Amino acid sequence: MSTVALNHLPSQSRLQSRHGQRVLIGLAVGLTLLFIVAPMAYIFARAFSRGWDVYVANILHPVTLHAIWLTTITAIIVVPINVAFGIAAAWAVAKHRFPGRGILVTIIEIPFSISPIIAGVCYLFLYGRQGLLGPWLQANDLQVIFALPGIVLVTMFVTAPFVAREVLPLMQAQGTEQEQAAVTLGASGWQVFRRVTLPNIKWALLYGAVLCTARAVGEFGGVAVVSGNIRGQTNTLPLHVELLFNDLNAVGAFAAASTLTLIAIVALVVKALLESRKSG
Amino acid sequence: MSTAQADPGAPSSAPIRTKRVLPGFTLSLGTTLLYLTLIVLIPVIALILKGAEMGPARFWAIVSSPRAVAAFQITLTAAVIATIFNALYGLLMAWVLVRYEFRGKRILDALMDVPFALPTAVAGLSLTALFSANGWFGAVLHPAGIPVVYTIWGIALAMAFTSVPFVVRTVQPVLEDMDPALEEAAVTLGARPWTIFTRVVFPAILPAWLAGCTIAFARSLGEFGAIVFIAGNLPFRTEIAALLAFIRLEEFDYNGAAAIALVLLVFALILLLVSNLLQYWASRYREGNR
Repeated sequence: MSTVALNHLPSQSRLQSRHGQRVLIGLAVGLTLLFIVAPMAYIFARAFSRGWDVYVANILHPVTLHAIWLTTITAIIVVPINVAFGIAAAWAVAKHRFPGRGILVTIIEIPFSISPIIAGVCYLFLYGRQGLLGPWLQANDLQVIFALPGIVLVTMFVTAPFVAREVLPLMQAQGTEQEQAAVTLGASGWQVFRRVTLPNIKWALLYGAVLCTARAVGEFGGVAVVSGNIRGQTNTLPLHVELLFNDLNAVGAFAAASTLTLIAIVALVVKALLESRKSG
Repeated sequence: MSTAQADPGAPSSAPIRTKRVLPGFTLSLGTTLLYLTLIVLIPVIALILKGAEMGPARFWAIVSSPRAVAAFQITLTAAVIATIFNALYGLLMAWVLVRYEFRGKRILDALMDVPFALPTAVAGLSLTALFSANGWFGAVLHPAGIPVVYTIWGIALAMAFTSVPFVVRTVQPVLEDMDPALEEAAVTLGARPWTIFTRVVFPAILPAWLAGCTIAFARSLGEFGAIVFIAGNLPFRTEIAALLAFIRLEEFDYNGAAAIALVLLVFALILLLVSNLLQYWASRYREGNR
């Protein structure tokens, strides 16, 4: 496979000196080992520094288990909603022409550029006691902030663009010809989506969902603002990591962090598998 | 270009009458707009209203207070350092991953997504421990008199880690799409590798590179999770703006939090706009090359 790729690039292999190429590859690998790999490896090194038993005891601590449960529930609610949103947004923007498409794409990307902390502050000023809807929520005895709904909403905000961003460019590149042919042959809208569009985008969709899950599970700043950090109640796993760190329980913090790192690694492996599927 | 109908993304052969042949337009656009309004726009407007409520004099007093100014300065300086590093490292990674074939390339490529997938708090925890006096890197750097943890360098490091994929993943596709004929022509004309890079390759990837750097800079300005661990969070020394907003909330100083958050929000929106304009420029540049 690599020889084929090399044959495609005769000009490049000619114009780059072998020596310069080796230096650049070495530099890239070296920097990545120091900058990206070492922090990941260090988490496991520290988590297991006191042995397997201490590690298991840290993970099975009731407060840690509750944090894992809360984080899982949040992801289970958020990811399907953002998958549906991502598909709807990509379908509207990629398959149709209408005024304001560019603005819509920019709005979809807002959560990417905004600090999660600001997202949290926004939600606090909407649903909090001082917020716009605060008095109404209190009158109806509904609690959003410092409770699960607030955590879920902020996580939805932060992870909203992930699926759309993966699916949209692909749908745009694929154009509308296949779908139009299906419509001409009498397929209904749902049939067109399920039989024509979905098979074309399934890998990008899955990858977007995986990334969305990883981010939803790892969300910190936004949740820190709206959750109130109540130990054993609204403490998600990333917040629990900070709590243990501040308690000077470094091994516990690294043990909790290692579970989050495992999720990240699974996400990356799934991505790598999906990409080999796509090209193979 | 000046006509409203000309769309750079539309294939030139597609007639305009096929505009809305596909079903589901109302449903999908309606869902998208409803969701964006509820989840993104209304909360953002709530913050803007909260900021407007206090009036310009109060707003200015909060934003120009010495502690807030120091926090903005620290955040900006660290974000500039982080973005310069990412601009170079990200460009190197994109170049190596697109242009060279070597063993382990696929793994290296997958590793570029680590900062996206790894929770920022985990990254912050690990970087802090790595660079503290008894960590793998700190054990070397500390005796050499280079403390990273609890300094602005630590903040920049955390920012760089969390935002580097934005540069790599924006430059990579543009580099992949480049027409090899351009470089072949340059080779034929006797240009040296470095000349080809600076005169042919670099101008082509410049808009995408700048767009990636802009988004990485915006993310750095707003980063929180990774920084709170490594910064030490000393007011006037290593306290970033996002943290100051968070502290004001914990003190129930809602105006203080709203004003600082609003400044960060405006920065983020401007940078997002700049990045999207650069991307648009990049796509036009690519169209023109074909």
